[in-house]
Amino acid sequence: MSEIPGDLKFLKSHEWARAEDDGLVRVGISDHAQDQLGDLVYVELPEVGSAVKAGSGAAVVESVKAASDIYSPVSGEVVAVNELLNDKPETINEDAFGEGWIFLVRPSDRAELDELLDANDYEELIENEDH
Amino acid sequence: MTEKTVLNATHRALGARMVDFGGWDMPINYGSQIEEHHAVRRDAGMFDVSHMTVVDLHGARAREFLRHLLANNIDKLKVHGKALYSCMLDERGGVIDDLIVYYLGEEFFRLVVNAGTRAKDLAWLERQAKAFGVEVKERPEFAMIAVQGPNARAKVLGLLHEVDRPRIEKLGKFAAAAAQGPHGMPLFVARTGYTGEDGFEIMVPAEHAVALWEALVAAGVKPAGLGARDTLRLEAGMNLYGQDMDESVTPWEANLGWTIALDEGRDFIGRAALEKQKAAGVPRVMVGLVLDDKGVLRHGQKVLTASGEGEILSGSFAPTLDKAVAFARIPAGEPGAIRVDIRGREVPVRLVKYPFVRDGKPCEGI
Repeated sequence: MSEIPGDLKFLKSHEWARAEDDGLVRVGISDHAQDQLGDLVYVELPEVGSAVKAGSGAAVVESVKAASDIYSPVSGEVVAVNELLNDKPETINEDAFGEGWIFLVRPSDRAELDELLDANDYEELIENEDH
Repeated sequence: MTEKTVLNATHRALGARMVDFGGWDMPINYGSQIEEHHAVRRDAGMFDVSHMTVVDLHGARAREFLRHLLANNIDKLKVHGKALYSCMLDERGGVIDDLIVYYLGEEFFRLVVNAGTRAKDLAWLERQAKAFGVEVKERPEFAMIAVQGPNARAKVLGLLHEVDRPRIEKLGKFAAAAAQGPHGMPLFVARTGYTGEDGFEIMVPAEHAVALWEALVAAGVKPAGLGARDTLRLEAGMNLYGQDMDESVTPWEANLGWTIALDEGRDFIGRAALEKQKAAGVPRVMVGLVLDDKGVLRHGQKVLTASGEGEILSGSFAPTLDKAVAFARIPAGEPGAIRVDIRGREVPVRLVKYPFVRDGKPCEGI
């Protein structure tokens, strides 16, 4: 399992959010989450231009085993989606914190970021989950 | 308390992700379920199936008992070692379990039944066997390893005592024989499986199971979890008890009509109900579906047809086909254009004859 990057914030449901320099927020799922899900075979991406709400379902990832809702960590408008995942959903398995990002949001309320778990809290959460 | 097979520590040492499967702590994968699936389709993989229940039947009237117990006809077994797939039905024609029965002697048959149905199967067998004076004896001291794939038999043969090799190499499909494995361990080798590939299912006394597993690893057989086993059997068009059929379903409604032997004068349990249903018209049928679009068909999704609603039984992404396939039970009649409700979206699917995959390759029309 790869190291959790310190600049990421997390939902308890294992989505990460990264505040980019241009004010946008990139969203994906954690390496722990992809490991739990197993081989991913399909990602249902949100539409560019659609509105997402913090804590609500915005995308769906399907592994061989099961389908899982992906919640948006912040509210706002989807400005880009990772089209690579249409053909290569396994990119999330290979690089969950990098190339495997899912969508990019223009946040409507940046304060929502402060309500998320930081990398240390998240690490603690998944450690407890494993026991 | 979850039960563990004798190979539990071996799975954990290999880094398996373990899940509860019908009360057993079993490996779902050892890393990548898809890679394990491909290993079985292209080379050789193995599964710990020691959780399955082995039951021996002894008695002078054992064959007569099985004539009564099983929907398939035990008299198809004429040669020692031959095996038969059958449903075991209740009086209403509902499926109590599906099983394999081996003919090991005129007074000795061996059943392999599902793990999740163990208790009710044993209770049913005990109850039905009494009238025939047949002894029902569970054999929990056996572990079982299924070695499957185009190169599976060759890899197993290499581990057998050389005097046994030619005989086991000639073993026909759906037949079993005893042989000596590594260090002389006694094996019961059956040319059966649940993947659509050639291979063996091997019963081994529990105390030798780890050594056999390790010898198979050394021979290049890749450990595969129950996740891959499920996608392999689905592609191969094989039913899973509890998901594709149970007591509320007759074999006609589970595409298992081919296992019902309505020979003259054989009064097996459930026969009257089956004949009655057949005469009245079977209300539901089990069909194969393929989703050509992106997405995954899953158990429980609603199926919409011109003759009414049905539901997905087993459904999954099929790694050999790189798309989703499923079994569905739908009302009998002309189904028209079939759609599946995936999270509120009606997605068109194709009705196909299955198996979807056989001997490593997609079947025609899939």
